[in-house]
Amino acid sequence: MLSPDFVILTAVAYVCLLFVLAYVSDARASRGKAGFLRSPMVYTLSISVYCTSWTFYGAVGTAARDGLEFVAIYMGPTLVFVGWWFILRKLVWVCHSQGITSIADLLSSRFGKSSALAVLVTLIAMVTITPYIALQLKAIATSIQTVSSARGQGDHLAGLDDVSLALGAAIGMALFTILFGTRNVDAREQHLGVVAAIAFEAVVKLLALIAVGLFVVFGLGGGLADVYERAVEAGFDIHERQPFGSRWVAVLVLSASAIICLPRQFQITVVENSNANHLRTAGWAFPAYLLLMSIFTLPIALYGLASMPAGSNPDMFVLTLPMAAGQDGLALFAFIGGFSSATSMIIIASIALSIMVSNHIVLPLALSRTNHLADTGDQGIARLLLRSRRISIAVILFLGFLYFWMTGDSGALAPIGLISFAGVAQFLPALIAALYWRQANMKGALSGTLIGAMVWLWTLFLPSFETTSATVSRLIAEGPWGISFLRPEAMFGMEGLDPLVHSVFWSLFFNTVALVFVSLVSRQSTLESIQAKLFVDIFRSAQGARRRAIRSSATADEIFFVAERVMGWHRAKEFFDAADIRRGEQVLDVAVSSDFIARLERELASSIGAASAHILLSKVVAGDAISLEEMMRIADETQQVIEYSHELEETSKELRLTAQQLREANTQLHELHQQKDDFLGQVSHEVRTPMTSIRSISQILLQRQDLDEDRRRRFVGTIHQESVRLTRLLDGILDMSALEHGEGSWENRPINAEEVLDRAFNVCEALAQQRLISVKHISLAEHPKVLGDSDRLCQVFINIIANAISHNDASDPVVQVNSRVEGGSYVVDIADNGPGISKEYHDNIFDKFMRVEHHKSGAAMSAGLGLGLNISHAIIQKMNGNLELVEGPLSGACFRITLPLFDGTMAPQIQADPEG
Amino acid sequence: MIDILIAEDEPAILDPLSFILELAGWQVASVTDGEAALIEVQRQKPRLLLLDIMLPKLSGLDVLRILRGEPRLADIPVLIVTARGQSRDRGLALDLKADGFITKPFDNDELIEEVRRLLALNSVS
Repeated sequence: MLSPDFVILTAVAYVCLLFVLAYVSDARASRGKAGFLRSPMVYTLSISVYCTSWTFYGAVGTAARDGLEFVAIYMGPTLVFVGWWFILRKLVWVCHSQGITSIADLLSSRFGKSSALAVLVTLIAMVTITPYIALQLKAIATSIQTVSSARGQGDHLAGLDDVSLALGAAIGMALFTILFGTRNVDAREQHLGVVAAIAFEAVVKLLALIAVGLFVVFGLGGGLADVYERAVEAGFDIHERQPFGSRWVAVLVLSASAIICLPRQFQITVVENSNANHLRTAGWAFPAYLLLMSIFTLPIALYGLASMPAGSNPDMFVLTLPMAAGQDGLALFAFIGGFSSATSMIIIASIALSIMVSNHIVLPLALSRTNHLADTGDQGIARLLLRSRRISIAVILFLGFLYFWMTGDSGALAPIGLISFAGVAQFLPALIAALYWRQANMKGALSGTLIGAMVWLWTLFLPSFETTSATVSRLIAEGPWGISFLRPEAMFGMEGLDPLVHSVFWSLFFNTVALVFVSLVSRQSTLESIQAKLFVDIFRSAQGARRRAIRSSATADEIFFVAERVMGWHRAKEFFDAADIRRGEQVLDVAVSSDFIARLERELASSIGAASAHILLSKVVAGDAISLEEMMRIADETQQVIEYSHELEETSKELRLTAQQLREANTQLHELHQQKDDFLGQVSHEVRTPMTSIRSISQILLQRQDLDEDRRRRFVGTIHQESVRLTRLLDGILDMSALEHGEGSWENRPINAEEVLDRAFNVCEALAQQRLISVKHISLAEHPKVLGDSDRLCQVFINIIANAISHNDASDPVVQVNSRVEGGSYVVDIADNGPGISKEYHDNIFDKFMRVEHHKSGAAMSAGLGLGLNISHAIIQKMNGNLELVEGPLSGACFRITLPLFDGTMAPQIQADPEG
Repeated sequence: MIDILIAEDEPAILDPLSFILELAGWQVASVTDGEAALIEVQRQKPRLLLLDIMLPKLSGLDVLRILRGEPRLADIPVLIVTARGQSRDRGLALDLKADGFITKPFDNDELIEEVRRLLALNSVS
């Protein structure tokens, strides 16, 4: 027998050894000599945190009670690790790329960074793990009592009962975990010291169990065959049991899910993993470890059952068998092995839980309360997190202790473990869906997990109090309010099943159905669908790590301010320097900025979880941040723009054409406007000249009554003449306007053009005689018939002849009119020996509003305006003829009018054939 | 010796214009184109030139420009008479130091006043 003092001091010394180990490892790691600590072997050994005191002691108890059921507890993890390629590889990849810190963070991140889901998972983990921690405390207390059952008088520590022992263990563990588990806030930086200690403990517990096994089988039992024979003789026939029944399958499922879903397993396997390739080693090494751990379980159980007195606790065979054989040293070693199992579980579980609590409950609360980051001071969030984690660890261990204290010594070790397994198994459907089913959404995961957890609480957790609570036992027997089909262990009339199988079946059934159904009937948010793609298609997307980016115009200083709060100044500076982001400058390049912020968010997420990091960064860039939904909307719009781009191109082509046409029209309008202005200027001039004359003369006539008769008569004549001139001007404008707009009646009918010319000539002769100008008409045409309007044609003839007369300032002025029939046309030339028309006007003399600034003769009476020729030209054209300026027989100008002859058969208004 | 030379190509205007100026007591001569105006100015040295802008052969502005370039004739005051009354012509004439403007149609009395003013101005200086 060992003295309690010695046992307890050994345990304390062992913990001190762990302290040293963890400290040295941390120190080596901080000097960059973490090579060995990051090796696949250490990683594999640390995974053995799976083997708690429950497996160390309890497996034997389970084997003793339930035969080969314990194999299922090892088989589940073995299957998962052998098949690491299928789930673990993807899980580790996803978590690395997303900076995942816990299983709550994983589910939250995958399902749209949902805080609700993170809180739910954290709470479920708390509820399930607290009894599990209590179980470890109980194992420690029980094992100390077992191994030191004799109480010597001189022992100071002998008086300690199991409660004090458990409390002591809890305090010691809390101290260790706080010291080594909360040195920094970056979960991704990983707790190398702790992991080293865990790996060391893994070796210790394996060696201890193997040592006990070897001793029992070969030292006491005389070989496996003898042990087996002795058990058969004692009446234990393991073959009689049905090993592979429904319960076995249920345990297999639970253990397989536990190796992923248990917070501490997630922490070690996924978060503390430094290299995904380590899984390759762990894939075979961890199953091998489990095989070694379990190889002696059955022989020890069989030997213990056969040799130990009836009623002795099979859970403690590992200790009691060596003790019974007087091997105190071995018993102590076995105790240390069991102690290792318990402490490693407590340490990692409390670290994992504290991260979840601080990241998903404390920090969001703190963030929602703190509006100004400045309030938190330097490294405020980091300090807040560390403090909340330390407090969480203490609280978790205290809760574990409380649970242990309250439940007393009810039940064996194994049932508590399985209840926990069944609890965390509720994460499994959501987790599998997170990795493999893109349509799975937050509402589905939340409702599935919630319903599964409630069913678990009702069917398994609650009945565990059956022995301590009369209410619970009545509930189990009769159901709530006597509703029998809601009885916790016989839901919906499913009776006669093992309670564990019953609970696992219903909880996972409802969990999965709710997850699938709700996911199918509800929609994913945009963020969710992005995350879903990143998770499910992690190996497909080349840039799996790329998440949604906060676009911001926040300055680097502001962002640094936030980063500093979480990472501390040095790490934040390193991070910013590495990205070549200089502070004190606006981050101008949006692409670089958003990418950097995305990376920073990921970095922060590895400390404080995805949801919190997102909230935090969004907070600092609030107002500037474009939400993902907005970004998606913008992207959608861009997509639509691309889709309609060719349509737009067409439209813009049309627009360009229209613009071109408008430009041309505008230019034309501009020219017309200019012409109109010029025209108005000319009109005003032409009006002012007669007006000036009339006004001046009439003023004289009004003021002077004493004018001589001749002068008076001349003045009145001038007034009359100028009035006529004004009338002519007005007529011209009206004529032009009428021709312009095609107004008035216009009928081309067969006329004798020569008659019209004679009439015009007679009118002009009077003017010519007045001006002493000789006019001649040489007519060679006889009754030329043309289609036209005789009055208009006459107007044209008069206009041109009058022009020739009035503009002729030659000393011996002559105007010659020559008419003839030539080539089917009637041709009239009107020539004069006046100044002629200078070359510059030849091209556009007939243009609208064109006015020839010719040198007027001193005596000429200007018809003015240049309207005459324009009107004439228009009239002749209406008669299908032509008016042109040609080289004349005289020195001056010569206008030629050509009109097609009418042969009497052509329809009016149609261009005559010159040959006809 | 004449007082005023009128350069105006429209007989219907020239006739009453000469009449009212003579009636006012001045010796008046007239020409109907720009070239004649230059010749007569040189020949007769009038005390005032009444110059229409739109003249045949040589425009009123050209006549003014040539006069202003001729030292012996530069002093003769020039009263521009124009139907246009357009700012462009007015500006050009001002640049050429025209002494006054009269716009068609004009009031006879105003014209007399303007002529009188210019003649008085010149005789004082």
